[in-house]
Amino acid sequence: MVTTTNNMNRVVIEPVTRVEGHGKVTILLDEQKQVQQARLHIVEFRGFERFIQGRPYWEVPVLVQRLCGICPVSHHLAAAKAMDYVTGTEKLTPTAEKMRRLMHYGQMFQSHALHFFHLVSPDLLFGFDADPAIRNVIGVAAKFPDLAVQGVMMRKYGQEVIKATAGKKIHGTGAIPGGINKNLSIEERDSFLKDLDQMIEWSRSALKIAKDYTVEHLEKLAPFGSFDSNHLCLIREDGAMDLYHGNLRAIDAEGNKIFDQVNYQKYLDYIVEEVRNWSYMKFPFIKSIGAEDGWYRVGPLARVNACDSIDTPEAEAARKEFMDVTKGKPNNVTMAYHWTRMIELLHSIEKIKDLLNDSDLQGTDLVVKGEWRGEGVGLIEAPRGTLFHHYQVNKDDQVTMANLIVSTTHNNEPMNRAVEKVAKDHLSGVEITEGLLNHVEVAIRAYDPCLSCATHAMGKMPLTVKLVDHEGNLLDEKSK
Amino acid sequence: MGESACTVLVIGYGNPGRLDDGLGPALAEAVAKLGIDGVTVDSDYQLTVEDAAEVAKRDVAIFADASVNDPEPFSFREIEPTGSLSFTTHDVEPAAVLALAHKLFAAKTRGYILAIRGYEFNEFGEHLSPKAMGNLDEATRFLTLALTHRDFTPVRAEVQNKDAANDTTPPSTD
Repeated sequence: MVTTTNNMNRVVIEPVTRVEGHGKVTILLDEQKQVQQARLHIVEFRGFERFIQGRPYWEVPVLVQRLCGICPVSHHLAAAKAMDYVTGTEKLTPTAEKMRRLMHYGQMFQSHALHFFHLVSPDLLFGFDADPAIRNVIGVAAKFPDLAVQGVMMRKYGQEVIKATAGKKIHGTGAIPGGINKNLSIEERDSFLKDLDQMIEWSRSALKIAKDYTVEHLEKLAPFGSFDSNHLCLIREDGAMDLYHGNLRAIDAEGNKIFDQVNYQKYLDYIVEEVRNWSYMKFPFIKSIGAEDGWYRVGPLARVNACDSIDTPEAEAARKEFMDVTKGKPNNVTMAYHWTRMIELLHSIEKIKDLLNDSDLQGTDLVVKGEWRGEGVGLIEAPRGTLFHHYQVNKDDQVTMANLIVSTTHNNEPMNRAVEKVAKDHLSGVEITEGLLNHVEVAIRAYDPCLSCATHAMGKMPLTVKLVDHEGNLLDEKSK
Repeated sequence: MGESACTVLVIGYGNPGRLDDGLGPALAEAVAKLGIDGVTVDSDYQLTVEDAAEVAKRDVAIFADASVNDPEPFSFREIEPTGSLSFTTHDVEPAAVLALAHKLFAAKTRGYILAIRGYEFNEFGEHLSPKAMGNLDEATRFLTLALTHRDFTPVRAEVQNKDAANDTTPPSTD
């Protein structure tokens, strides 16, 4: 849609397709059709923290799954980890920790598979500006049915792992403060082992597709929505990637450490959230650097860039191959997210294999108790990046404060920069087509954002449209 | 038209933490309690691609969701597998799930949407609005009859209301 206001043309893409929730991109063009400004607006419900205030702490790991229909397991586990700390749990039993890890790797596996096969592959297989009638998962199913089936079955496998560890597919109850409420039966284990080799093979194949595509198109992809940035993630004590637990590490665009091995209970000493008047979503930044240069990326690209190694052999080999492209320095190419996401896909299935062959999963010591603390922070590396949950609980067991920073919030500034760069590089001074607009969406999709929660009733999504001129004045605002 | 031998999958989807968006899962819960032979019930936050694999195993798939603009108290209609391709999010529209089931698994599953009218979506809360609860009751009565008699003829909601009130006859065609 293109409209004209005060000699400035406004191009609005709404909603952004194939990302979660509600997003809107506003691009301002001047009289010469040069892009003046491009912004990704995110319609985010900010009422969730209030919603859980007053609820008993043990309900929180279940309640928070209502936040999102795509990554409920990540919220479930982050909240459980926070409540571990609230209840003074120092260390989970081996069975509890490994069951949670299995749940988490199942989530990572299905999420990454869904994103790559069904959201991204249409862009890669048909081209960014291909006919939208075929540039979708149905088009992939028609032309590359084997690939589409792989995506469906990998997603299904991950979902079954979640069901077996969380207890059920929706509103899982597996993780509880201090542990887990079930182990994995021999029958469940064997059902997953039966299909494991196929999943590993398909993961290798997906990684090869992502790597080959990136290498073959590097000249085009390198500048596409790209920029130098800091990177943040959890890291194991020995510097290895750990998607479930660790300490915080932040590096700059050259790979220099900004901070390392920071206990995430103290995240407020290191991370600040900035509010801007044109977006519902906050803009976090590293406190010691400041808002202007302290923003950072999270997610697969940040994790592979920031870790020193990966503790599964095939993913580690893939990481080395990836880092060789930039001679060991961080890779700041936005479209490299896809390659790193597939490295993590392979890592996740390798971890699932290790866990399924670990008899601790059949253990019966599931919960430990500690000395009450009343406040705790839980962090986890969700598929889209680092997820923060922070709670305070009173003596009556009621939550009195909750603060959540979701992965997409961390990537807010980078996504906006990607949108602006692609808009200026591809949309300035030309006739704007659907294919060109899709270039903007391709840049956003690289981050696999989860823009809001899962209210998706048929026929309508809540949406607010804001028109802002190049000086920041609000020209128009509409809700529907 | 009765099809007593046909297998059916009912998927109720939506977010029970978002007020009336929980109508789909609430319907799934109600239907699951009935234990009707040959009827499998599933529930999720939203439809995704892997649902196509389960849909493909059945003769009929019924997608139950909250709606903001369908007729009160509900509507029930057949969908074509080609359907809308407008993917707005990670989730998938019912018609696309059906299309994937047909294309990827050579299924001939027929698909239907049961759209239950809701009213309140934009806040967090684990309860249905009073009007939505009434609509849920109507939709559950309708679907119970449809599943019992394996009659999936699309009907107008207001016609079905009358049938539901009279209770014992299968859904009628308008």
